[in-house]
Order: sequence, then structure tokens, then C-alpha cells
Amino acid sequence: MLTAASWVLAVVLGVTLATVRVAGNPVAERCVAGWVAYQQNVPMLAHLFLWYFGIPTMLPDSVQSWINTNNGELIFASIAIGLCMSAYFCEDVRSGLRAVPHGQHEAARSLGLSFLKSMRFVILPQAIRTALPPFINHTVILFKNTSLAMALGAAEMTYVVREMENQTFKTFEAYSLATVFYLVVSLGLMGLGAVIARNLQTPTR
Amino acid sequence: MWEIFSEHLPSLLIGQYPNGPLGGLALTLILSVLGLGLAFPLSIALALCRTSPYAVFRIPSTVIVYMVRGIPLVMLVFWSYFLVPGLIGGTVSAFTTLVVTLVVYQAAYMSEIVRAGIEALPRGQAEAARSLGLGYGRTMKEIILPQALYNMLPSLISQFISTVKETSIGYVISVHELTYSASQVNSALLTRPLEVFATLSLIYFVVCYSLTQCAQIVDKRINRRRTGAAVSTEGNSHDPVLQGQ
Repeated sequence: MLTAASWVLAVVLGVTLATVRVAGNPVAERCVAGWVAYQQNVPMLAHLFLWYFGIPTMLPDSVQSWINTNNGELIFASIAIGLCMSAYFCEDVRSGLRAVPHGQHEAARSLGLSFLKSMRFVILPQAIRTALPPFINHTVILFKNTSLAMALGAAEMTYVVREMENQTFKTFEAYSLATVFYLVVSLGLMGLGAVIARNLQTPTR
Repeated sequence: MWEIFSEHLPSLLIGQYPNGPLGGLALTLILSVLGLGLAFPLSIALALCRTSPYAVFRIPSTVIVYMVRGIPLVMLVFWSYFLVPGLIGGTVSAFTTLVVTLVVYQAAYMSEIVRAGIEALPRGQAEAARSLGLGYGRTMKEIILPQALYNMLPSLISQFISTVKETSIGYVISVHELTYSASQVNSALLTRPLEVFATLSLIYFVVCYSLTQCAQIVDKRINRRRTGAAVSTEGNSHDPVLQGQ
């Protein structure tokens, strides 16, 4: 759930940012570059803290209480993770965009497609194909990072665990299960990525 | 607002150092250096195993690398939190636990970088060295690794950056690094989480961004040397930060 929400946010934002970045407006380009640098150079945990604890204090009371009753942790965690990973997806798509020859763009424009249309129908499909391997990689990383969302709850958990060290059997089981779950899904995603990459490969001339 | 931060900045940067344990940013950096430094030889060993022609070495090392890459760092921290004391048979400080975890985690990731570096070299290099009569060990030590490691330098720096970011996980097991210090400052102040955590992000940003720039400079220099100084480094495809944490 958390993975899906933050993945959608990250991908949509990432592709948009990458498009803005190549659109040619220098000010917008600078903004996107700054955003990407900020998101990439601050640990995910710091982002999570800022969103969990920092941002809610800025919101008006009514919004705060609404969020608190509607599973606010999940909302803020998906926003934090989504925004952070959007920077990575943006870089992936951008490197894909750079791999598309400039002539493609010119050809699309000279056929009468607008900038957005040529992006949508001509450039992005090709770019995403080249960007797929890092894309999958970052999806795996995003999935693994959702485990950080439990870090806030987990901080108290370690205290509890220390007290019940003689009950380690149970904690071991819980952690084993969670670990196996993460491992299976991550490896599955990696495998899926390899399959998709093979199927999408354009035949080389 | 700024008086508060000038008051708390020392605790974010060095913890209670002169009067107590070292903490904050200083500990974060120590952790990263230790983690990466100890992981480095391990990662070379892993990479050599993975490129080895013998299945006895190749298969276990591949399994290890994929296992570690498939598990989130938090999970790994928990495992070493429970397992390491059991294995050693005594209590282990949270600091040691975190260092061990980082070493294991980074060794797996770095071994992939090293492997890529080794495989990126033309096969002729190894063949030429072998035909000159060098053994496998000397071929690796004197011909392959020096070239591979030099080419990998930018990736290694970005790995260092992600290690710096990963030390923030130490918060979970109460290692007094930067994130933990910030949360302590936050609970001391109570009413200003936004400012505290914005400062936290800012400190991380300053540290990591300067390292990123550093990696880019090194990358450009290496590219220039490899292409013989004539070609411009316009198409610089190196992604300075490979992973998010």
C-alpha cells in the first residue's frame, strides 16, 4: 500500500520533473536541479522526520485533526518517500531522454506535434525503455525504503525488546517472516525487471 | 529562533563531546569512514569470488550479494542487533552493531561496483598479464585491480555519500549520530519540530552535496585522463548518487 502510493507519486513527479528539465527554461531547470540535489543528498529518515513531525505543525488545526483520524502516518510516509524517490526517477528518465537522438525530437516537431505531444508519443516511450534498468533498481530501493517508515515505531520497539530478551523466540519469528517477505518481493522485482528489460529491448541494427 | 540553534548546534555537530560521549555529525562521519573502510577489502574479496571461474566461490558469493541487496537496511540492523551478541556471547554496543551492519551492507553493494570495474576492463588485459607468466593473484593485484579501482573512484565516493545517509538508521538502535541528536534536541525543545528537522536536513545536505560535487570533479578528471584530454566531458553519464536511503 505504502509502496504503491509512494511509487505512483514518485513516478508521476519524476517524469514531470524530467520533462520540465529538458523543456529548456533555464529557471525551471535550475529549480528542478536544486530539488533533485536536495532530495538526493538528505537521508530518507530525515525526510520522514521532517514530514512526520515538522510539516504537521504548519498546517491549520482542522487539517491536522483530519489527518490524524485518517491514518496520517501512512499519508506522510508516502509523501516523504514519494518526493524523495521522485528525484531518483527524474534522474533516470533524464538520462533516458538524453539517450534519445535529438533528431527524433525535431522530426516529431516538424510533423506538427506540440512539445507535450511529441514528448508523450515519441520521446518518452523511447526514453523510458532505455531508462528501465535503473528504474527497476530504484523501485526495489523504494520498496526497501518503505521499511524505514516503521523506524519511528521501531525506535520504541527496541526498548521493549530489551526488556523481553528472554522471549526472543517470538521476535525472531516476526523478524524472520518480515525479512523473508522483503527478500522475496525484492528479488521478484529484480527478476521481473530483467524479464521486462529483455522483452523491451529494441533490436539493434 | 536562531539563538536556539546556536545553542544546540554543538550538540548536533559533536554531541556532548568534551563532557560526554562523542555524537552528532562527528560520529556520523566516523561511522561512515569505518563502515566503508572495513567493507572495502571485503567487497574486493566478494567481487573476486563473483568473477571467479570456480562455481565453489561464485555461487555462495552471488547468493550473499543478492540476499543483502534484497533486504532493507533496517531489517539487517535488527538482525545484527539480535545475532551479533548471540554469536560473540556478550553484550555489544549499539555502535559496534551499526558498524557491523554497515560493513555487511556496503560490502555487498561495493562488490557490485568492483565487479563492474573488473568486467569493464578489456579481457585482453588479463590475458596479456597471464601470458606474461603472472599468476592469478599477481594479475589481479598488479594489473587488474589498480586499473579497475582507479576507474571506480567516483562510484566509491558516491558510495561513501550513501553510507553517510545510511548511518541515519543508527537512530533506530539509539546510536548517538546526527539524526538521533536531532531527535533529542527536538524532544528537549518540544514545540519546534519543523525547525529542528529542517536544520537536520540542511546539515546532511551540506555534507553530502559537497561530497557529490567532489565525486563529479574526480569523475571529470578521470574521464579527461582516459580520453586523452582532448575530448570534452560534456556527456558525463555518471550518476553521482546511486541509491536512496
